[in-house]
Amino acid sequence: MEMFLTYLKVFAVGGLICLLGQILIIKTKITSSRILVLFVCIGAVLEAVGLYEPIANFAKAGATVPITGFGRSLAKGAIQGVKEMGFLGAFAGGLTATAAGITCAVVAAFIFGLIFNSKTKKF
Amino acid sequence: MKKEKHLSRNEQYNIYVEAKIPKTKSFPSLIYSFLVGGVICMIGQGINDGLMAIFPTMGQEEANSWMLIILIFIASLLTGLGWYDRIGVFAGAGSIVPITGFSNSITSPAVEFKKEGIIFGLCVKMFSVAGPVIVCGLVISFITGIIYLFF
Amino acid sequence: MNNKLGDQTIIFNNKPRIISNYSIVGEKEGNGNFKDYFHYILKDDLFGEKSFEHAEQKMLQFAIEHSIKNANLKINEIDLIIGGDLLNQIISASFTARHFDRPFLGVYGACSTMAESLAIGSAFVNGGYFNNVVCATGTHFSTAERQYRFPLELGNQRPPTSQWTVTGAGSSVLSLNGTGHKITKATLGKVTDYGIKDVNNMGAAMAPAAMSTLISHFQDTKTTPDDYDLILTGDLGKLGSEILMDLMEHNGYKLGKNYNDCGQMMFNNNQKTFQGGSGCGCSATVLNSYVLKKMDEGVFKNVLFAATGALLSTLSSQQGDTVPGICHAVVIERDESKKENKK
Repeated sequence: MEMFLTYLKVFAVGGLICLLGQILIIKTKITSSRILVLFVCIGAVLEAVGLYEPIANFAKAGATVPITGFGRSLAKGAIQGVKEMGFLGAFAGGLTATAAGITCAVVAAFIFGLIFNSKTKKF
Repeated sequence: MKKEKHLSRNEQYNIYVEAKIPKTKSFPSLIYSFLVGGVICMIGQGINDGLMAIFPTMGQEEANSWMLIILIFIASLLTGLGWYDRIGVFAGAGSIVPITGFSNSITSPAVEFKKEGIIFGLCVKMFSVAGPVIVCGLVISFITGIIYLFF
Repeated sequence: MNNKLGDQTIIFNNKPRIISNYSIVGEKEGNGNFKDYFHYILKDDLFGEKSFEHAEQKMLQFAIEHSIKNANLKINEIDLIIGGDLLNQIISASFTARHFDRPFLGVYGACSTMAESLAIGSAFVNGGYFNNVVCATGTHFSTAERQYRFPLELGNQRPPTSQWTVTGAGSSVLSLNGTGHKITKATLGKVTDYGIKDVNNMGAAMAPAAMSTLISHFQDTKTTPDDYDLILTGDLGKLGSEILMDLMEHNGYKLGKNYNDCGQMMFNNNQKTFQGGSGCGCSATVLNSYVLKKMDEGVFKNVLFAATGALLSTLSSQQGDTVPGICHAVVIERDESKKENKK
């Protein structure tokens, strides 16, 4: 039962964040690049003011999988870096915390880019 | 009515076109984006829980990182196979906003521009969609760090 | 003899004829409304080539070769090839032309290129400079998509006002000798900009240009929309043609049932192209298949073909510039001798 509740929370919060994005797309006609940028910034700001932590504790993957979680990690990493290294940490922290994700995305893109060819859209 | 007289021909035309654009049913796309986004997050949670069950020594943070890596990898593969854009057609933000959308936005130009060469095509164009995300993300993370340092 | 009517219209007194024509389209277009009219439908959008750009060139080459063959001519009997496409520096048309070793004139009028090249070609033929002129244009959905918009595999949604670039190429051979429908007049359009910035709403950007050219045409030739069996705009799409009808009505011209739009006609509603087809392949293939065939059958006798183009580039739209449009119109009259031949 508890597990069911967790997944329900994950589903609801993750879905809601995406729903917000869809509303933005329909209302403002902005492109997906801008949606991603906006959500990363929102995530970072929420983390900086301490609001993202409670959401993440509540919704788990529902808050870490959306791209806002990426922004959160960047901000969290920078804060962590400053704590450990001082000024240098402001430069190093963000990338350090997200290095695994970015590297994986780049490496996977490189490999699959070499393997696959683009296909014409059907619809 | 008086105000409209001051509008130029082009402004009037733009207002007219805006009114003329068919109002599409946006409701189904909202539902789809909610469902798909939610399901992707649930898959993430499933991977997370699975990892923690298989490797009991793994901490929450580590499992979360692995989960993101696996999602990114899967999305990249689906992009290469040409399936991710089909999900995107009906899911909209539901497949753009999750980290899988980020992965898709890096892999899709890589696959697309390979024909212009590995270096100038694949490598250069790889960030043509996702570049701004990383740039803005890093800038805001730096600003956050600076603010934290001084306040 | 005065060969000019009014401000923008020229008359071809010697009546150049479209002595043969050919159209080739992609799979999706082949499933659309005109599947029975196209000469050739691709099974694979790559056409056996390595890249979509090469496929586009091959389609264009295929269309030109077959239109020449259908006219019972040899390639060295062609005096001039006029062609264009949507890619940067119109590479598809010029790269295709190198296979023919004949004089080539590359033209660019975005999606209006077919009408533009027909007008130029007719003028050359009418003037007696050239005997046989080939006019050909082609586009490919995938090349246009990656040049103007996003990578194909990106999981984005196309906005509801967007149109689908047609994969296809069309070619017509113009000549004074032979049988075929006659090109009698051409109205060359002005670049018209009504300040539309949305690159996903081409129909709205091009409709004012179509209106400008059509009104000039009716004024120059002292005709009305009712004088034509078919008034066909290039690729305004559903929304664009509705806008055009409103704009024309506003100016005192009523476009009735004889009006239609290539983009709107191309696909059926189940194909999810939203506003319909676009690209210079759209008007080229519809003209060179459906329209000319229906003229053969005698359904249309007098057609006003007004292809429209949106003259934007990715650079201009990123810098926030508005989208100017252009529209060229040619009048095609049925060759009445064809009827007798069939009977």
